[in-house]
Amino acid sequence: MSSEWPLWEVFIRGQHGLNHRHVGSLHAADAEMAIHNARDVYTRRNEGVSIWVVRSADITASSPSEKGPLFEPSNSKVYRHPTFFDIPDEVGHM
Amino acid sequence: MYAQMVKSDVPRVKGLDEMGPEERAFQERIDAGQKIEPKEWMPEGYRKTLIRQISQHANSEIVGQLPEGNWITRAPTLERKAILLAKVQDEAGHGLYLYCAAETLGVSRDELYEQLHSGKAKYSSIFNYPTLTWADIGAIGWLVDGAAIMNQVPLQRCSYGPYSRAMIRICKEESFHQRQGYDILMKMVKGTPAQKAMVQDALNRWWWPSLMMFGPSDEASVHSAQSMAWKIKQNSNDELRQKFVDQTVPQAEYLGLTIPDPELKWNENKGGYDFGEPDWNEFFEVIAGNGPCNAERLGARRKAWEDGVWFRDGLTAHAEKVSARSAAAAE
Amino acid sequence: MEAETTTEAAIDRAALFEFLLRMGDNTLMLGHRVSEWCGHAPALEEDIALANTALDLIGQTQLWLGLAGEVEDKGRSADDLAYLRDVYEFRNLLLTERPNGDFGKTLMRQFLFDAWHYLRLQTLLSSTDRRIAEIAEKASKEVSYHLERSRDLVIRLGDGTAESHARMQQALDDLWPYTGEMFMTEAADTALSAAGVAPEPQSLKAEWDELVAETLSEATLRKPTDGYMHGGGRRGMHSEHLGFVLAEMQFLQRAYPGATW
Repeated sequence: MSSEWPLWEVFIRGQHGLNHRHVGSLHAADAEMAIHNARDVYTRRNEGVSIWVVRSADITASSPSEKGPLFEPSNSKVYRHPTFFDIPDEVGHM
Repeated sequence: MYAQMVKSDVPRVKGLDEMGPEERAFQERIDAGQKIEPKEWMPEGYRKTLIRQISQHANSEIVGQLPEGNWITRAPTLERKAILLAKVQDEAGHGLYLYCAAETLGVSRDELYEQLHSGKAKYSSIFNYPTLTWADIGAIGWLVDGAAIMNQVPLQRCSYGPYSRAMIRICKEESFHQRQGYDILMKMVKGTPAQKAMVQDALNRWWWPSLMMFGPSDEASVHSAQSMAWKIKQNSNDELRQKFVDQTVPQAEYLGLTIPDPELKWNENKGGYDFGEPDWNEFFEVIAGNGPCNAERLGARRKAWEDGVWFRDGLTAHAEKVSARSAAAAE
Repeated sequence: MEAETTTEAAIDRAALFEFLLRMGDNTLMLGHRVSEWCGHAPALEEDIALANTALDLIGQTQLWLGLAGEVEDKGRSADDLAYLRDVYEFRNLLLTERPNGDFGKTLMRQFLFDAWHYLRLQTLLSSTDRRIAEIAEKASKEVSYHLERSRDLVIRLGDGTAESHARMQQALDDLWPYTGEMFMTEAADTALSAAGVAPEPQSLKAEWDELVAETLSEATLRKPTDGYMHGGGRRGMHSEHLGFVLAEMQFLQRAYPGATW
């Protein structure tokens, strides 16, 4: 099997001056493609949005609040990524 | 229901007093309605069951593109064409969200594809039935999306954070799917006798497979009991099926259609319909690969994947070249 | 309705109708072809992106053919025009009805068309017919994104692996003889240009050549020399492929005449 495109986390700012918010993830060969894909997958082409993408592997996450050994899945790159956060209605359809 | 008969790898559901401290703390958090997040401790069985369930769900979304997708080029008006295309596109999006949710559990999307293509991972039995007329597109929206929504709404409260959030997003986006299907049928039953006959024919063919979507009765299933204890399943298959029938019968009546079940009858005592038993032999055959379209569906997915290797590799190679060039320029 | 009055004074309905069919039939055919990929693309992200392109093209078809029906004034809707004409009445470029081929060919066809489509819409922004300028305004936003995307992918795949390069070169060589039609003068073109509705097709050639040459060079692809060019789509002379597209697309409307859906 050929190598898989890396995973990217997508952050989007709606039109109302809000912060960028995490909306989900996707696969892309590089950052520029990730931006294109994010536009197609997560904004369904809304105008006036700003998109950030960051490689999931480049995110450093804090330790979970619970004490005890961490769950370490076999693939250390993918498990750290934050996932879907709900977007409030006032942001509009994404 | 897009995930049918998910196995949980446990012989029986343990009581709190039989658990070690970690598992006990984990179970108590679930019982208290807290969400489990990717980095946190979880029993291996929970992780594996979730991967199976989420990947079955994701696989169903992308295989589910095919039966409806084959009518995009034949949609009867430009507006219907656009709506159907948008809906099938949503399914691809939902597959994408769900694969990403599964990826938080330490499995890659390519591995999940591999399991789908090899036949190891399953997808919903419903997508192995053919779409023969335009009324089938209406019937799928009405019945199949209707049944899916019934399952997905409670899954928004699932204990695993990424899955729960994916379901919230999916439910929000899917709200128009069932309506567009019903809308197609409303238009057709008000049309010519041929159109009305087409709608009844579609209901005749899709009714039983839709009921099978919920899976066989799982009252006695240890897998279901465990999944419920973990809150990755909220209702029993029979509960959801009953709810679906109760909701759908009046909708069929409104359309002037006959449900193809001679045993269907209102039961005043239980406040719901009594109905016949689906043909579970057929269900198990379809799951085993012998449905009318299994070979075509899986064949189409494999072909898309294999024909796309050069494309995916080409983009990877280009990205590597660009990154090497900019590294060289920086030196 | 001032614009309409201006238009009617300057150019006859038949020429305008012809022009609108050419625009709408292009987007209808290409939208159809692109939508054939739905569920079969090589990556989930591409599947979704292509569907967006197809959705834009279908939307533009509704606008162009809707206006065509108005201009014709015989009570035909956009759907009537899409679903109830036969091959010889279609006015799309042959390029748009070419079969998809592999994903590379689909992307190359998209790029060659997008480059033209983008430039064409830019010229229509200042059309003397306000209705045309308005559609162009809406469509050009969408099409500039189509071009950005298809151009980017052509470059990446041209300058990717040996295989992706070879496939893109093959696609380019195969499709090139269908690009000349975009710049051929057909009936009504001169009148449309004189009336300020739309500049002559030939006027887009230099810019298109430049845009394409620049992209192909970045993609490390060899630009074919302009040899024999196929034409005729814009006056209803099509390839056999169109008949099959229509047989599929128009099936329900033809099988159940007068039914509403």
